[in-house]
Amino acid sequence: MAGKTLYDKLWDDHLVKQRDDGSALIYIDRHLLHEVTSPQAFEGLRLAGRKPWRLDANLATPDHNVPTTDRARGVEGIVDPVSRIQVETLDKNCDEFGILEFKIKDQRQGIVHVIGPEQGATLPGMSIVCGDSHTSTHGAFGCLAHGIGTSEVEHVLATQCLVQQKMKNMLVKVNGKLGPGVTGKDVVLAIIGKIGTAGGTGHAIEFGGEAIRNLSMEARMTICNMSIEAGARVGMVAVDQTTIDYVKDRPFAPKGEMRDRAIEYWKTLHSDDDAVFDKVVQLEGSEIMPQVSWGTSPEMVAGVGGNVPDPDAEADPIKREGIVRALKYMGLKPNMPITEIKLDRVFIGSCTNSRIEDLREAAAVVKGRKVSPSLKQAMVVPGSGLVKVQAEQEGLDKIFLEAGLEWRDPGCSMCLAMNADKLGQGEHCASTSNRNFEGRQGFGGRTHLVSPAMAAAAAINGHFVDVREMMN
Amino acid sequence: MRALKQHQGVVAPMDRSNVDTDMIIPKQFLKSIKRTGFGPNLFDELRYLDEGKPDQDCSQRPINPDFVLNQDRYKNASVLLARRNFGCGSSREHAPWALEDYGFRVIIAPSFADIFYNNCFKNGLLPIVLDEETVDQLFREAEKQEGYQLAIDLEAKTVTTPSGESFSFEVDDFRRHCLLNGLDDIGVTLEDAEVIKAYEESRRETAPWLFGAGG
Ligand code: SF4
Repeated sequence: MAGKTLYDKLWDDHLVKQRDDGSALIYIDRHLLHEVTSPQAFEGLRLAGRKPWRLDANLATPDHNVPTTDRARGVEGIVDPVSRIQVETLDKNCDEFGILEFKIKDQRQGIVHVIGPEQGATLPGMSIVCGDSHTSTHGAFGCLAHGIGTSEVEHVLATQCLVQQKMKNMLVKVNGKLGPGVTGKDVVLAIIGKIGTAGGTGHAIEFGGEAIRNLSMEARMTICNMSIEAGARVGMVAVDQTTIDYVKDRPFAPKGEMRDRAIEYWKTLHSDDDAVFDKVVQLEGSEIMPQVSWGTSPEMVAGVGGNVPDPDAEADPIKREGIVRALKYMGLKPNMPITEIKLDRVFIGSCTNSRIEDLREAAAVVKGRKVSPSLKQAMVVPGSGLVKVQAEQEGLDKIFLEAGLEWRDPGCSMCLAMNADKLGQGEHCASTSNRNFEGRQGFGGRTHLVSPAMAAAAAINGHFVDVREMMN
Repeated sequence: MRALKQHQGVVAPMDRSNVDTDMIIPKQFLKSIKRTGFGPNLFDELRYLDEGKPDQDCSQRPINPDFVLNQDRYKNASVLLARRNFGCGSSREHAPWALEDYGFRVIIAPSFADIFYNNCFKNGLLPIVLDEETVDQLFREAEKQEGYQLAIDLEAKTVTTPSGESFSFEVDDFRRHCLLNGLDDIGVTLEDAEVIKAYEESRRETAPWLFGAGG
């Protein structure tokens, strides 16, 4: 019999009941909550007279609606009344049901996918869900982690389980070594460019290969974060020493003898050598260039040395139509060099790229330089209060401020522009976030997805440049 | 949840692939703490010419005459015909809430994004996957014939055209059962409360660090 994949192992370990109709009950170890997708779930519990099944599995924080300036006033400081009600509703629900929440003024508050790993609330081998599609981020720890809808949030609160169908196994292998200046973000954008935004649909993706093994946990999180943009709800990386070193002293991680036991188990969390995948895709690490998205779907990417595509060169009529529409929305011409795309704003942040390593990479590029006067705004939004503190201890805030970037408070911010941070109509933004959909960062806004280093380089130049030319 | 056994309704063809959840319901409307009332803002940025804001009277807004749902012949559509990878993007259940609130009961496409597909079933919406060729044919017929309707039978798992041509589709048994009967699946799961407790007990033995953790 063939060996098991990592996904098979995680599935088997969490299988509560296999039903005759092909569905299964899967146990959930960690449930993360935020203010946008939970109010209706709590309301549902209340209406049905139900209580959360297991309180200590839950952890909540507000992130989507929180302002990124002037946080001293806490919830009171949220200007938009509708946003404020949503954050207040989360506070009220967590208090009423007894769920641990890092509230807006708590230093541990941050983007839900940043704080889980930071606290050790994300541990290898866990099943983790959240009413947010970027829950795939946590798969970087060898977890079975994926986004769910609000009805499922209610279901997990009430039963600690989810009704699931097993997905298929897919391996994305990145061989060899990455070139200098090429980051996790470039790897994942290149993968999506290759397999498309539906390339992973119905599959749990495991990212493997030498290039992935050599990446830090931050970079692995960036890659798993965008599994959903590749169509896969689940993205994973096998556990190795890098994983164990990252989690072992975190506040929620096990201690003492319990930790030794845990580590022994964590070390089994990798695919067996003879495991069989339903689908395998390979990329050569050395061929991956810094990436820039030019269109309105994350698969519309090019290397920074490349050009915007020409729709006339596309044979598939549905794709051609998509390119024409995207170029029109983005205000770009066929065949124009990527480096000629001029920018209005730069956003460094989001659950994809707002961890300490991301900020260090961006700071290294802007250090001793100045933001181009042609930009309206360039901002850095750390992923959590603790990332912010650490960055300030390292002096990164000063580097950003001296270069002319804004240094904000943690939250989702301009990733989806639910708070006050947004693009104006027609504005181009170099963004380290994960979605370039129409209107995502503001009505009529034009998003270009890039790595933190590429965003920083674009901030200095006012247009895209190959960051490798700025490194010495 | 509303049960759905059979449904017949006017088809609106939305000829666009990769329709994402930001397009289905833009983020400014996610601030509501209710489940209802999203219908007027379904496809907001495509449907109206101005920027939509929460709690606004949509009947006063300038509409985009080119958008399919704004054409008279599709006014009462309850079956949405769509292209590849419909519903990609975020996990927001506001997307199916908006579709349902608008009046759709069935969505037909060659493929759906996973989370969206799943969320539909929790809200009395039936997503149906038909192959690309069939979807193409339905697009042609719906665009050609005004008042074009499809009849959907979830029990028999078929979609039938006005000319009587019938296509069968796949749907897994559990989801079908819940939708046919309008079942709340939390209730169904809680029938297995003892099995869940037994699982928890054995996990406490083998992986005790997963329980009682806290900062
Ligand atoms: S940072 Fe962006 S993608 Fe991440 S959770 Fe927040 S809104 Fe979603």
